[in-house]
Amino acid sequence: MNKFWKNGDPFIWLTGVALMFSLLMIAGLMYLILAKGLIFFWPNDVAELDLKNGGKVMGEIITREKVPSKGDAVPDEYRTQLKIGNRDLYGLDFKWIDDDKIESISYPKYAVVLERREWGNMYGFIKKITEDGQVISEGNQESWPVLESLIPVYAKIAGDIKSIEKGNIGEINHQIENYRLKIRGLELEGGDNKAQIEEYESKVKEEEEEYKVEEEKLSVLYKEFTKDKITMVSVDGREKEMPLGNIVRAFRPNSMNWFQKASLYTSRAWGFVSEYPREANTEGGVFPAIFGTVLMVILMSIVVLPFGVLSALYLREYAKQGTLVRIVRICVNNLAGVPSIVFGVFAVGFFIYGIGHSIDSFFFSEALPNPTFGTGGILWAALTLALLTVPVVIVATEEGLAAVPNEIRHGSLALGATKFETTWKIVIPSAMPAILTGLILAIARATGEVAPLMITGVVKLAPQLPVDSYFPYVHLERKFMHLGFHIYDVGFQSPNVEAAKPMVFTTALLLILIVIALNLTAIVIRNRLKKKYTTSAV
Amino acid sequence: MVTENVEQMTRKETQDNRDTNMMDELNTPAQRFKVPDPIVKVNNVNLFYGTKQALNNISLDIPKNKTTAFIGPSGCGKSTLLRCFNRLNDLIDSVRVEGEILIDDDDIYDASVDITELRRRVGMVFQKSNPFPKSIYENVAYGAKISGENRKSVLDEIVEKSLKGAALWDEVHDRLNESALGMSGGQMQRLCIARAIAVEPEVLLMDEPCSALDPIATGKIEDLITELKEDYTIVIVTHNMQQASRVSDYTAFMYLGDIIEYDTTETIFLNPKNKQTEDYVSGKFG
Repeated sequence: MNKFWKNGDPFIWLTGVALMFSLLMIAGLMYLILAKGLIFFWPNDVAELDLKNGGKVMGEIITREKVPSKGDAVPDEYRTQLKIGNRDLYGLDFKWIDDDKIESISYPKYAVVLERREWGNMYGFIKKITEDGQVISEGNQESWPVLESLIPVYAKIAGDIKSIEKGNIGEINHQIENYRLKIRGLELEGGDNKAQIEEYESKVKEEEEEYKVEEEKLSVLYKEFTKDKITMVSVDGREKEMPLGNIVRAFRPNSMNWFQKASLYTSRAWGFVSEYPREANTEGGVFPAIFGTVLMVILMSIVVLPFGVLSALYLREYAKQGTLVRIVRICVNNLAGVPSIVFGVFAVGFFIYGIGHSIDSFFFSEALPNPTFGTGGILWAALTLALLTVPVVIVATEEGLAAVPNEIRHGSLALGATKFETTWKIVIPSAMPAILTGLILAIARATGEVAPLMITGVVKLAPQLPVDSYFPYVHLERKFMHLGFHIYDVGFQSPNVEAAKPMVFTTALLLILIVIALNLTAIVIRNRLKKKYTTSAV
Repeated sequence: MVTENVEQMTRKETQDNRDTNMMDELNTPAQRFKVPDPIVKVNNVNLFYGTKQALNNISLDIPKNKTTAFIGPSGCGKSTLLRCFNRLNDLIDSVRVEGEILIDDDDIYDASVDITELRRRVGMVFQKSNPFPKSIYENVAYGAKISGENRKSVLDEIVEKSLKGAALWDEVHDRLNESALGMSGGQMQRLCIARAIAVEPEVLLMDEPCSALDPIATGKIEDLITELKEDYTIVIVTHNMQQASRVSDYTAFMYLGDIIEYDTTETIFLNPKNKQTEDYVSGKFG
């Protein structure tokens, strides 16, 4: 028995079990997120439930579970959750129906699902489609081809409206704001500049004229947008008329084959990553959040890499190794363990109120009292995360520098290189893989961080991306959207939690994918460098 | 491990010896041996690691375009002395050097000396081959680039000449852009020699250049040393007495920080004046 313990086999098992356990946990987490996140885009069949009381409901069957709080005495009863949609008719998207109240379940072949810009999904049948009040088709079957042919037309109109609103009118607004700021700046300057002010004012007038023209175009488009109307009838006989422009997608899942469903799935998944959110973030896409997350991480990397590498270089290559350096090193390590919200609070006090306010009063005084940099923004969020992750980079870089053999340093010095040349040309390239490992860890940590961002610039809905076509193109002072915060907001702050639940998993999946993508990029770069500076022990 | 222990033991023994019966000899330093055309002159050099003295009042001359070997047991200060010639000891904070070392009659420990300039004049090959994690070409061109040479044609010429000088050109001329770390141990060491001679130093220091190599690679390096002697002054530290007798013209036997005997290699190995030297070269201790 003693020998059994001594030979170390149990210890090997223990290590194996520990590894297994970790892997299982990761696999479980990934399975849950993949399973719940990926089904979100799949068009489910639409079920019609005939109830024993004579009523009818229609919708997607979401789940079936045991009815809670009935006590042990009663035999188990089950209930089904149905996504009934039609929020404008019923008020709620979801409904629980006890199994003992269901008479029968059927899947009507031509039930129509409409994805709408407002009010969520509509489940039902088409009654008629009208153009300027004239009926152009009637009945579910007859109207379907008409609907299918009209949806692309309206998608184009919607695109035109958006391009005028965001493009032309956005540009005009931008110009007017520019002139307003210039006028304000001149007023603040004081002195004899009336002529200039008047010039700007006349320019503002010109822009306002242009604005009227664009508005005219827009109102024409809007009129067109509501020209065709569709009347839907729900399974319980209630009718609802709505403009066709309100419809994003229409499909009949019960009559679709697997390939049609797969292509719809792809189109919905693409929409999710490429579109802007709708309906308080519970519908539409998450493109601005993806954009914000990636841009912020890139900004952070740009700041944290040189900062961390230079600090580590000083600590390892130049500082005299002694008590002081040891204390500094301990402090750096401890900094990595400080809760992130503490960094957020610091950033609010130092970056936003301190530096931001100073920048505003020196460079953007004409915009005051509206803050420019004196409020949360993507720059401050990126700096906060850089601060948060700089210890990671320092520690990894230091380890990389320590691993560079002294013989190589001496070899360079013996050839007449200075210490600076040796560090720059020999030591840093050799330590590059370790430096990039540090960056990978920093990126992984930064991408998942939410708490400090909530107080340094992340918002629920950002009207503009931090990058656009107006000078200076990258607007570091703007607030932005972030996937991590989006998960929190959609999942726990949304008025329609049930509807948002699958989206939480999908967004989480997306966040994980982005972390993986960012890391893979860094890993590929690192491996290429490693190959270049391969350190074989021949 | 085993050799290390043996070394420690012998060190301890010799330490004891030194304390007792060898004091007389140490107090009368070996008379300065005259060499033809000296390029390096070491005058009364004392070196301390903190408070511990590692070199005791060393004086010797290194002849130009000859190979001079430093032999002696581990810890006798031969590498330390070698590293004084290119001031690589300066990298250790606690090192203090007294006395003067003249190369071409310039005191290299003078405050006005530019160390990087000195190290270009005094090249070095290390015990463990230490190619940079770069391509073969970049390794050889490194010294020239550091000195500000950027013209591709000149660099190409330097690389070819140095690699030929180090008898490596034929083996690597078709893979100059591959990593130097993919070479064999012997090739790497010859690459380090090529790298050192690429900056055309006057003196080439070699710190046990073959100690990590197999006999065939060692033989190649030894042949190379014999060839390089034509153009360079070589100072080699070695543990291997056969090697010293094969490659060097002059040999200094060092022991515990002292030069015990310095003479032509022939004299040291065949007809040593000092009993200790005789014991060492005949393998009785060390």
